Amino acid sequence: MALLEIKDLTVKFETNDGIVSAVNGVSFNVSEGDTLAIVGESGSGKSQTAFAAIGLLARNGHATGSVKWDGQEILNLPEAKLNRIRADEIAMIFQDPMTSLNPFLKVSDQMEEVLTLHRGMSRREARAECVRMLDAVRIPDAAARITMYPHEFSGGMRQRIMIAMSLLCRPRLIIADEPTTALDVTVQAQIMDLLKDIREEFNTAMILITHDLGIVAGACERTMVMYGGRIMERGTTEEIFASPTHPYTNGLLDAVPRLDRKEDTLPTIPGEPPDMLKGFIGCPFEPRCPLAEERCKTEPPSLERLSETRVRACHRSPEEVA
Amino acid sequence: MSTPLLKVEDLQVTFNIRPRGAWPWTPSIPLHAVGGVSFELEKGQTLGIVGESGSGKSTVARAIINTVPASGGRVLWKGDDLLQMDPTKRRQHRQAAQMVFQDPLAALNPRMKVGEIIAEPLITHAPQTPKAEVKRRVGELMERVGLLPNLINRYPHEFSGGQCQRIGIARALILNPELVICDEPVSALDVSVQAQVINLLSELQRDLGLSLIFIAHDLSVVKHISDNILVMYLGRVMETADADTLIDRPVHPYTRSLVQAVPIPDPKVELAREHPVLEGDLPSPLSPPSGCVFRTRCPMANASCAGERPGPEQIAPGHVSYCPVTAGERLAQGV
Repeated sequence: MALLEIKDLTVKFETNDGIVSAVNGVSFNVSEGDTLAIVGESGSGKSQTAFAAIGLLARNGHATGSVKWDGQEILNLPEAKLNRIRADEIAMIFQDPMTSLNPFLKVSDQMEEVLTLHRGMSRREARAECVRMLDAVRIPDAAARITMYPHEFSGGMRQRIMIAMSLLCRPRLIIADEPTTALDVTVQAQIMDLLKDIREEFNTAMILITHDLGIVAGACERTMVMYGGRIMERGTTEEIFASPTHPYTNGLLDAVPRLDRKEDTLPTIPGEPPDMLKGFIGCPFEPRCPLAEERCKTEPPSLERLSETRVRACHRSPEEVA
Repeated sequence: MSTPLLKVEDLQVTFNIRPRGAWPWTPSIPLHAVGGVSFELEKGQTLGIVGESGSGKSTVARAIINTVPASGGRVLWKGDDLLQMDPTKRRQHRQAAQMVFQDPLAALNPRMKVGEIIAEPLITHAPQTPKAEVKRRVGELMERVGLLPNLINRYPHEFSGGQCQRIGIARALILNPELVICDEPVSALDVSVQAQVINLLSELQRDLGLSLIFIAHDLSVVKHISDNILVMYLGRVMETADADTLIDRPVHPYTRSLVQAVPIPDPKVELAREHPVLEGDLPSPLSPPSGCVFRTRCPMANASCAGERPGPEQIAPGHVSYCPVTAGERLAQGV
């Protein structure tokens, strides 16, 4: 059975400028030990999908559909019940570790709180467990450094602390939202390496939300491509990269300059990312799509199943796209 | 040999840092943000500067256009030393060297219309230009960078990130500069838009014969656009070579680690690659390691690295590395 089962999730935000449909009918499953990458540009709804699933939407946001955790419906559950699942079973790692750690509290206080609250440990037990976890994420001299404040650590170290904190309750699923975007490449390599080891050690499932196709290639078994709040395509990472069946995936893969390739001009996707305020009647990618036809403007393509592992949403056939 | 457009020799930039809780009479601590950077840039060429945060790459750019004072070395613009130049002449140089910044929206004044933003440098440097001429130039440039000229009376917030960056580029071009310094011009943009801006920059360079200094942390982007690449770490040059050599045959251990750390968006290639992970973090620039600044994280470091600052080793014409260990190895192999 799937660990996390999301069906037809829709997220709308009420803003002063009107209603923004950030996520539109997104469905996917994550099973035990699975790794899924959600790839998309800003405004694609990749983060809001995850936020809605674990009840972290901003106050003006509203989610409908169904999110099942371990068979139990958790969408729009009251805070108190959600808090038991969050941290205990689902942990989240955010992009900027400095803004997600409390600058006024020592690392030890912030970490121990998790265990005393969720596991009912004593301070002493909690401290020992926290140090053990900091060791596991390879923070040198953890026993001494645990009493330091977040600003005394470098960006990479802070992200390690966040990872350690998220692992304290041995969650079954980690949601990592752009975990390395704020970090340098060499540090990014360290963190991705660490995440991989930890996942294998604790057999944790992971949802990796990112815009960087490079880190997806090395980290995830499955990939889901989103655009304008909808799923464009989903499949195993190998399939998606080797034979994309959606014009957007195609464009995205071509537009990234690659270190192992020489090209004169980069193929581009014309136009700009969609304005989510305007909403769409047809396919959100239609204005920028090189293969768009009349019906793409008026009817949104539905998600169709291609194979056991693969779904796509495009009016054109896979052969036409390839 | 002709004089290069820009020649930087042993550039030093030092900031004075006030220690935390300092009394008025406590002396400042010198922070050597850039130590001994040298390079040449020919007309119409692109120099990429890569490095992680804190490597001093932006400070080099700012020292060249004199927005931070250099504390030593020479910056030769067509043979004239910019650091010794009298103010009138320096003003002329300012027109010839323009800058494009990272955060496109933050770099534009939110209270000015796009037309005013683009025209501003022209009005500052050539106030006698007739209004009609200014308007014509602005329209021409907007078209050149791919913006519709009828957007001239809009405000920056009405544009997307990619369009704002185009406005920034148009503003940098209005004085017909010879050198444009781009400081992380695409790192705030989405992948699909990033490619558009990179293509625009290379196109403009080709058509207008511009020289570019392209600063970025993303090695794949830098490699794509640059003729030559300079790799910096903690304020110092590690290696410099033409783009292909630097990526395909890097010599310096830091460049090698950097190249290996960049993920390649292809699972077949990526999973088969070797990924030796560089341990540790950037040391504090206030107390950089002695000798080679990279030695604290270097997989090849030995005792000799802690001694003197490593000197340049010429590997091939235009390919220089600053690593004593690999130099010694090559000597032993008789290469």
